[in-house]
Amino acid sequence: MTTPVLAVEHLGKSFGDLRAVDDLSFVVAPGEIVGLVGPNGAGKTTTINMILGVLAPTTGRIEIEGIDLKVDRSAALARTNFAAVYAPLPGNLTVEQNLRVFGMIYDVPNLRKRIDEVLSEFDLVRFRKTRAGVLSSGEGTRLSLAKAMLNRPRLLLLDEPTASIDPSTARDIRAGISQFVDTGQCGVLWTSHNMYEVEAVCDRILFVSRGRILLEGDPKALPALHGAASLDDLFVAVAHEALHGGTPQPAGSIA
Amino acid sequence: MNLRRVGAVVLRQLYLYRSSPQRVLPLFIWVALDIVLWGFITRFLGQVSRSSFNFVPALLGAVLLWDFLTRVMQGITTAFFEDVWSRNFLNVFATPMRTSEYLTGLVAIGVTNSFVALLVMFTLAWALFGLSFLAYGVALVPFLGVLFLTGIGLGVLGAAMVLRLGPASEWLIWPIPTLLAPFAGVFYRLNVLPGWMQIVAKALPPSYVFEGMRAVVSGKPAPWDQLAIGGGLALIYLALACAAFAAVYRFAIRTGLIARYSAETVS
Repeated sequence: MTTPVLAVEHLGKSFGDLRAVDDLSFVVAPGEIVGLVGPNGAGKTTTINMILGVLAPTTGRIEIEGIDLKVDRSAALARTNFAAVYAPLPGNLTVEQNLRVFGMIYDVPNLRKRIDEVLSEFDLVRFRKTRAGVLSSGEGTRLSLAKAMLNRPRLLLLDEPTASIDPSTARDIRAGISQFVDTGQCGVLWTSHNMYEVEAVCDRILFVSRGRILLEGDPKALPALHGAASLDDLFVAVAHEALHGGTPQPAGSIA
Repeated sequence: MNLRRVGAVVLRQLYLYRSSPQRVLPLFIWVALDIVLWGFITRFLGQVSRSSFNFVPALLGAVLLWDFLTRVMQGITTAFFEDVWSRNFLNVFATPMRTSEYLTGLVAIGVTNSFVALLVMFTLAWALFGLSFLAYGVALVPFLGVLFLTGIGLGVLGAAMVLRLGPASEWLIWPIPTLLAPFAGVFYRLNVLPGWMQIVAKALPPSYVFEGMRAVVSGKPAPWDQLAIGGGLALIYLALACAAFAAVYRFAIRTGLIARYSAETVS
């Protein structure tokens, strides 16, 4: 059996009395894009922060390619990378300088060549000598994605990666990431509020609310399975039920 | 330890220096002004004093050595602040970089900055006021060594404080050397201090350096045993500062402080 690029077991995080993440368990297989969706405050970013090693879980375990994050954080994180709309790269460094610094941190071999490749892939060649702080938000997002792909990560964590990108560029980026994942080497955990995007790129979604997985399955099949016209409608129905209907139910029980 | 990651921390700072004169000038402009100001003060004291005491190595040398310690500390804290100012913590700490690699990178920057400042200070003090390295003999090596270790310890402690207390606590870090100077006896013998201040002074490694410096300048042999105590204390404080940084880092990971750093609170 192939080792999953990400295995999360009984993950939990409490902030005082608040249970932000409550007994999450899931895996991401190589070549798979898993969507982590849910309303604001559902625990998506908290989950991603725990996988990135910047937030310690209260309970549970995270393994990246079989390496326990708690046991060997550096080796586990060397196999990951991420892009998040709330983590822009330093604006006082140029595009190329940012990529060189982070390429060295991720110990990327043949870095000069790899920088040229990602600059080209994300249409950033003309901004090579431009400071990141003067890029438009879309260009800045492309730079974050270029950084995220620098080390050819086995696990890519994307937190609303296309939130500030125009539809045409977003489509190109989705295609680029899907192409990279299709090589079968990388798995992706992708959060988004754009259900069209989730349906287009994700092989599987985990619908999270109040820190628990409420629904899990193929985003193309789930709406019909639960009597919704679209993934968007299903999102609204499930989010409304989870937020106003009391106790969330275990995975797969909402019909 | 992965030296390439250490190099990345240093390279980031070099990129900032290359594109930013406002970051390069403070490396030597303030120490140069200090040397010029205190150089003239020592010259004036030499003129009005009836004694044959040479104020240049005692006072100007003290300013030079104290500025050296300050530059070591500020080299480390300023490099750390660059990540605070650019809100870069999430990008830096969500990578395979270990805290030891990050701290080593900051220390390397502090070393480079302080030696640039030291070179400028020695050159100016020698060219304008006749201060010679030879005035301190071989004891200059432990003098610089103890101050260097103390500066690193203070820098790491400052970084830990800002990581724990948030970006606005930066103002607490800058005056630390000024706060310590009266206790360290930079310009005067420790026996002029009241008893309780002398007790504090005995716990500070720089006080052994400045007492030693005054002994050498007045023609006595270097107090090697006292310098060894100062060096030992500096090493202990450096280890404690690194432990404090590691503890604060673990706290920040446990509470989510790094992910929400600009909020300056975990609640």
